[in-house]
Amino acid sequence: MDQLLQFIISGLTVGSIYALVALGFSIIYNASDVVNFAQGEFVMIGAMSAIFLMKAGLSYPLSAFLAIGITAAVGLALEKFAIEPAKNATVVTTIIITIGASIFLRGAALLIWGKEIYGLPPFTSNNPIQIGNATILPQNLWVMLGTAITVLGVKYFFDHTRMGKAILACSYNKKAAYLVGINVKRMLLISYGLSAALGAAAGLLVTPITFMSYGAGVMLGLKGFCAAILGGMGNSMGAVLGGLILGLVETVGAGFISSGYKDAIAFFVIMLVLFIKPSGILGKGETERV
Amino acid sequence: MKRLSGFLLFSLLCLALPIFFPDNYYVTVVGLTVFVNITLAVSLNLLMGYAGQISLGHAAFFGLGAYSSAILTIKYGLNPWLAMLAGAIMVLVLSYVLSRPILKLKGHYLAMATLGLGIIVHIFFVQADELTGGPDGISGLPELSIFGFAINSDIRWYFVLCSYMLISVLFSLNLADSRAGRALSAVHGSEIAAQMMGIDTAKVKSHIFVFSALMACIAGSLFAHQQDFVSPESFSFFFSIELVTMVVLGGLGSTFGAIVGAFILSILPELLIVFEDFEVLIFGAILMIIMIFLPEGLFVALKNKVSETLAKSKEAV
Repeated sequence: MDQLLQFIISGLTVGSIYALVALGFSIIYNASDVVNFAQGEFVMIGAMSAIFLMKAGLSYPLSAFLAIGITAAVGLALEKFAIEPAKNATVVTTIIITIGASIFLRGAALLIWGKEIYGLPPFTSNNPIQIGNATILPQNLWVMLGTAITVLGVKYFFDHTRMGKAILACSYNKKAAYLVGINVKRMLLISYGLSAALGAAAGLLVTPITFMSYGAGVMLGLKGFCAAILGGMGNSMGAVLGGLILGLVETVGAGFISSGYKDAIAFFVIMLVLFIKPSGILGKGETERV
Repeated sequence: MKRLSGFLLFSLLCLALPIFFPDNYYVTVVGLTVFVNITLAVSLNLLMGYAGQISLGHAAFFGLGAYSSAILTIKYGLNPWLAMLAGAIMVLVLSYVLSRPILKLKGHYLAMATLGLGIIVHIFFVQADELTGGPDGISGLPELSIFGFAINSDIRWYFVLCSYMLISVLFSLNLADSRAGRALSAVHGSEIAAQMMGIDTAKVKSHIFVFSALMACIAGSLFAHQQDFVSPESFSFFFSIELVTMVVLGGLGSTFGAIVGAFILSILPELLIVFEDFEVLIFGAILMIIMIFLPEGLFVALKNKVSETLAKSKEAV
């Protein structure tokens, strides 16, 4: 029982990170129908920028803040220089473009920051908290809290602000949105910026626990993609749910079955879910127009 | 004859290269990798380009072929050809069983499921170390020989891998112009419309999935014998992605597009080595630039351009 509690705590921590990455996936997918395989690189850039800004002598909060800004700028640049010019590309072509972008960003990170592995200090003290026989690090709580606040913020943004609603309108029908006077191009840019900022936030939250290096974004991006699919592509809250489930399945599977096979277990479960429900947990079935 | 003139020209070029450049590193060493990659890209193009079914796990079947050959010949002392056959039968059964539930999925969900398949197989290669040798892999495969003629030099491997590649290309070209090929392109266009015309879409998709997997599996067996070594690294998620990139880069749906894409992606890293630390950055940039400016793929874009100019010059006459 204690063991299970411990696994659930670490599962929710990892799951929160996946949830943020998945949320980023789903925002970009909704806005532009692009599956952005550079999403994991946003996580890496956010964390690495913060690490090096701190090394340069800036305070923790200021570095974190600037890192999110830098990553958002990278997201904007990605939209402006890689996605917008390829307007008429098919889905597969845009996937390859974002794969190219992720390789490019990784190459840039390698040049700027080198191959070493870095960490960030925890947000607050690092004294473990005991609950029964399970141990929680304060940073675990920060990850969950940070994710919860961010997700609620994003939900509020889309449900209750003019700009959020405008982005949603673009995702339903770009032409109609354009006709009612929404600046579609700007909304696309904003979605990429927002999505990159979410990635950076995930990176800042997780680095005190897991460390970061120039190539660490790949796996996180992949897991985020899986989470987004598991929840139902394009459904933001589905993506969050998918992230949490993926994190739980992974850690519980690693704990009770085999740690070497933990990713295999996670993927097996996802495939099983898709075989039973081909459009993800919260996804709606698609209708095809002939 | 006109239909296959491109193929004949290409075969002549491939077979003549080692005669004129017998000691060239790019021909006899890089060339072997290029042939394996072309075969894989062509087989993936059957699934992605013809039938419109994305796969992010194609390396799994390539790896299963390679590992079956390695394990069955070394651990069980099987004849290399029998091992190859056994591997192919295993992949045939596996891909057939998986094809129905997997291909029921569409678009991103299909991408996800094939990605999962690829990763599960890769993890198996790494983790099942008693069987697969774990991360270190297996080395020391027996020599492959055809009727007593041992394939034991780069130049001999060149002709073996080249032949297999040419057979795959010929098969792929012919398939496009057959009843099955037209059924596939109907499925690509619209599955529901294809069903309305009486095509058993599930069967068509499942068949091409199995075929594509088999082609990759045999390429894997040959690759294992040629390298004399298998390790999980060659069959990772990244390689699956690279294969998809080859197909799309050259031009989805075109066999020669897959050839061009595979050629470029195999040669490019060799050429970019001189840039050292900048290699990754430049590689990513080239990939993006080609796809942004020629979204239909390098070969297809070029072909369209040429036929456009030809049509114009005819008008002028």
